Amino acid sequence: MKMIIAVIRPEKFGQVEAALAEKGFHAMTVSEVRGRGEQKGISLQSRGGPVKVDLLPKIRIEMAVSATFAETVVQIIREAARTGRIGDGKVFVLPLDMAAKVRTEEVSI
Amino acid sequence: MAIDTGDTAFILICTALVMLMTPGVGLFYGGLVRRKNIISMIALAFIAFSVVSLQWILFGYSLAFGHDIGGIIGGLDFIGLSGVGMDGDGIPDLLFMVFQLVFAGLTLAIVTSGAAERVKVSSFIIFGLLWTTLVYDPLAHWAWGGGWAASLGALDFAGGTVVHISSGFAALALALVIGRRVGFGTYSMDPHNIPLTLIGGALLWFGWFGFNAGSALAADGLAASAFVVTNTSAAAGALAWLVASWFRGRPSSLGMISGAIAGLVAITPAAGFVDPLSAIVIGAIGGLICYGAMLFRLHRGLDESLDAWAVHGMGGLWGAIATGIFAVAAVGGVDGLIYGNVNQFLIQVLDAGVSVIYAFSVTYALAWIVDKTIGLRVTEEEEYVGLDISQHGESTQA
Repeated sequence: MKMIIAVIRPEKFGQVEAALAEKGFHAMTVSEVRGRGEQKGISLQSRGGPVKVDLLPKIRIEMAVSATFAETVVQIIREAARTGRIGDGKVFVLPLDMAAKVRTEEVSI
Repeated sequence: MAIDTGDTAFILICTALVMLMTPGVGLFYGGLVRRKNIISMIALAFIAFSVVSLQWILFGYSLAFGHDIGGIIGGLDFIGLSGVGMDGDGIPDLLFMVFQLVFAGLTLAIVTSGAAERVKVSSFIIFGLLWTTLVYDPLAHWAWGGGWAASLGALDFAGGTVVHISSGFAALALALVIGRRVGFGTYSMDPHNIPLTLIGGALLWFGWFGFNAGSALAADGLAASAFVVTNTSAAAGALAWLVASWFRGRPSSLGMISGAIAGLVAITPAAGFVDPLSAIVIGAIGGLICYGAMLFRLHRGLDESLDAWAVHGMGGLWGAIATGIFAVAAVGGVDGLIYGNVNQFLIQVLDAGVSVIYAFSVTYALAWIVDKTIGLRVTEEEEYVGLDISQHGESTQA
């Protein structure tokens, strides 16, 4: 199994969620986070001097999927979350040892 | 007539009540925008109030209530409040002036709806100064300062044309000039704090008693009548919008409070002229018309973000016309259409129509000029991080 962690623009979450659901990927954990990429946030020039916004609001999606679907899920997220501008986010894929359902005895490897 | 202490005490309190409506609008709008723009929305309401507070005493009051010039605008006799003192007819002239001031401040605060989440503070201050001078002051003069509408006999008890048609259609014009928010129609722009909006709505409903009952300018039976019809219409509007939205899903609290405000707007011009049973009809139809206007706006993809046009503009338009339909001589001395006075109805339609056209077109021109000279809108990057940080350097997000 693979753990997919995507950090995306908050305003794009609705589209990403819909695109994933359309292909049958429903299970996910979502959190509101703040972060930055290599550009280190955003610098704004205002009359009162520069305003530095270090950490921008983002949405983090975590999904445990079977290894065979990992690439598809990554592709769906990239397409749905893309605006083409800096700050679109990043998708990470991690190896996942095991996923155990709490309600039943079901275990996925 | 000498000063009446009872009337004076009452209007002092009403003035303070109406002032509270301005931050009320700020909280109402602040809850409806995204979290990154809440400080901006509340601040814009206070800024609007501050700008108008100074403009009004320097020359705004004079332009609205100075001696009539051709039915269009007031003269400069009261500039800097010269001749506006502690004496007066029933209430001190100064008190009448400040009662009118809080109306003017509130009106500009409503206009911020049209530029929500994307306006530069500096440009808004300049636009607001121009707007209140060139749109609000003439409209106030027409209705209350001895202008053409007043001479024609148009009825506007507490500001259907002056406050609501003007701010609603101005917000629409401003929204068209400034353009849609980035991502409007694609991204989710759900309200982030409905309880805050409900608190703002509560302050508006509460303040509206000062707004409408105070417009009797005396602590008398007419004030009591205006108070009762105001509350009645608000309740009818709240329930009408609630039920209408129920058919399309759930009876949302946001629909309920929007309907209440629609009912309050609709009764405003009629508050001193109709009885409580008519107020039920005016409020309920007001709620339905404004709900329909909001759906129409969404359907057309117009980003008049917080529905000042749908609620204040269309509600005010309906209210001005409804005054000509439901007015009854027993309350305000004038009959309307259903009591056989066709003439009054036609005057109301004319007054409302001219107000719509004037407010929309002059606002459009002013916004266009400000946009072409100093720019109305923040940069895309500033809009993305939100106006709280980009305009004020403050944030609710630790």
